[in-house]
Amino acid sequence: MKDLRLERDVQTETNKIEARKVQVYYGTNHALKDVDVDILDKTVTAFIGPSGCGKSTFLRCLNRMNDTVASAKVQGAITLDGEDIYDARVDPVQLRAKIGMVFQKPNPFPKSIYDNVAYGPKIHGLTRTKAELDEVVEACLRKAALWNEVKDRLQSPGTGLSGGQQQRLCIARAIATSPEVLLMDEPCSALDPIATAQVEELIDELRSQFSVVIVTHSMQQAARVSQRTAFFHLGNLVEYGETGAIFTNPKDPRTESYITGRIG
Amino acid sequence: MTDGSMTLAPMATPEPARLRHSLFAPDKRTAARNAQEARFRFYGLVAIVIALLALVWLLFSIFSAGLPAFRQTFVEIPVTLDAAVLDKAGHGDPAEMASVTTIGYGKLIGKALAAEIEAKGIDIGAMTPKDLVGMISENAAADLRDRVLADPKLLGTTVQFTALANGRIDGYFKGRVTMESAARDNNTSPEKLMLADKLVAAGVMDMRFNPGFLVMPDASDKRPEAAGLGVAIIGSLYMMAVVLCLALPIGVAASVYLEEFAPKNRWTDLIEVNIANLAAVPSIVYGILGLSFFINFAGLPQSAPIVGGLVLTLMTLPRIIIPTRAALKAVPPSIRDAALGVGASKLQTVTHHVLPLAMPGVLTGTIIGLAQALGETAPLLLIGMVAFVRDFPGAPLSGLFDPASALPVQIYNWTQRGDPGFVERASGAIIVLLVFLIIMNTAAIILRRRYERRW
Repeated sequence: MKDLRLERDVQTETNKIEARKVQVYYGTNHALKDVDVDILDKTVTAFIGPSGCGKSTFLRCLNRMNDTVASAKVQGAITLDGEDIYDARVDPVQLRAKIGMVFQKPNPFPKSIYDNVAYGPKIHGLTRTKAELDEVVEACLRKAALWNEVKDRLQSPGTGLSGGQQQRLCIARAIATSPEVLLMDEPCSALDPIATAQVEELIDELRSQFSVVIVTHSMQQAARVSQRTAFFHLGNLVEYGETGAIFTNPKDPRTESYITGRIG
Repeated sequence: MTDGSMTLAPMATPEPARLRHSLFAPDKRTAARNAQEARFRFYGLVAIVIALLALVWLLFSIFSAGLPAFRQTFVEIPVTLDAAVLDKAGHGDPAEMASVTTIGYGKLIGKALAAEIEAKGIDIGAMTPKDLVGMISENAAADLRDRVLADPKLLGTTVQFTALANGRIDGYFKGRVTMESAARDNNTSPEKLMLADKLVAAGVMDMRFNPGFLVMPDASDKRPEAAGLGVAIIGSLYMMAVVLCLALPIGVAASVYLEEFAPKNRWTDLIEVNIANLAAVPSIVYGILGLSFFINFAGLPQSAPIVGGLVLTLMTLPRIIIPTRAALKAVPPSIRDAALGVGASKLQTVTHHVLPLAMPGVLTGTIIGLAQALGETAPLLLIGMVAFVRDFPGAPLSGLFDPASALPVQIYNWTQRGDPGFVERASGAIIVLLVFLIIMNTAAIILRRRYERRW
């Protein structure tokens, strides 16, 4: 386990994702109000906040997973490298290959470990030969710190792994399409502390190649893994800034109440 | 002082009553509850026992009445195929020989039987040659004629011919006909039955497994011994093939569209309600639809398996769609999220992940739907499949348009006939139908086990 590392450098200042005036409605329920966020490249950004505050909703806007919810309506602008992802010309399928996602509950396909990782590259035609595909699978499993545990049983079902291994398999699956951004929706909430530590270490390593956005309930986790933190409350983005500043010197009284445990 | 003690007195709110009794003796309420549970268990047990008794009774009655249909009494005699009788012109041309009717062959068989009886030294008493011919099925002459016409070289030779015994003689050995009933019967007589006993003793007549019951076509009212299920089984198989080829893809496609792609609005709600209602529509209504649409409007032939198959497809569709949709609904949304999350399209998500996981449910629904269609009678009556069909339908696909019968219709048909020999036939056909259903349900279970996966 790593200590709370509140002081750390952000390696880049380029914006990967820019969100402006994002509104989300579920039917008549105004779930997200006027959210402006700039997510930096090669940085871990954490979204924290009490349940129902809209942090998961916002995360699902970033790769248009909200499209699958019939009643959801998204307004405002979200750009990835300057291109509006809600533009009519954008195919969400292509977008999701660029912005991978890891879910709260480990959800490997009921197929072999190999097929789980190989599925993304296969459907996007990223590899030409079986040998190339084998390489991609091995590289992704190595990056997800799972290779040594599963290299002898790549053909056994992914659902037979332990919870922590399943979640790392899902991470390997998500990075197999070489995304530019990796979204993680409470990836450790179903894991025990040891598996959580492994996944957190992994997130820190992934930062060198991807922009990682993580939603978490645990403030300690946000403090441990992220460089930037956004605090959501009741559908509003209350405060966004460097993780150290948010936790040591919050500007908004609501943020302070939350991180000191008085609300939430 | 007294005032002070008054204020300290306990509050007037009553404490909830405690259960104050030993744990070893049940109180009144517990005893009543236990008695209620015991009664409920007893009623359940009684219901199960009644159901089991009904099942045992059903199986016993069907098997005791139907199993004899698979065995038949045969007479085995050498028949001399006299060329002077069967081919008067002497050219050996099958076209000319076809002019000799079964009457000519019947005479030959009668002569052969008389000769065989004489050779075995059996006393026939006052029986005439006509009585002797009556021992053998009327169908035997037709069988012999078919055999000669198929192979004209047999002319002039003596062949070993296995003829079906008359239905009454057969019934005597199966216990259906007794000496008393034979005395009142125009079609047989106690003398014939006694002769039959002697023939069995001499080894000319015996009872054995009758494959003809499964492969021969239906026979006329007077010849229950010759009636078989051949045409009905082929007709049923053709119809099942049509239903499977149409109902499975259409049903699965409709379910996938409704479940995964269609917007949820008033129209899809309406469609959903209607599919549920269609599954409950009496099957005879589909028969009327088939009659008016497929036969009267589209001009398809009557009695044809294609029409039966189309009608049964309409009937089976909702019964496939409902379990298929349920199976699709049961696939956890996390699998869809996972597939969409790595950038699979909606269709890829369905075909790669959702449909394979729903497959056990889809297959079970399909096979149960097919099994119901296999046993369906009413709609087939309305589209003319109840006709007497002796000719086998041709090979697919043109054979689908030839007249044929179907298993349940054949059963219905045989129960309508006068000769008691057909009761046995009908029960035998029910056994065949049950065997088909058991095979299909077993297949459903095996497929479900095989594709079952945990997630």
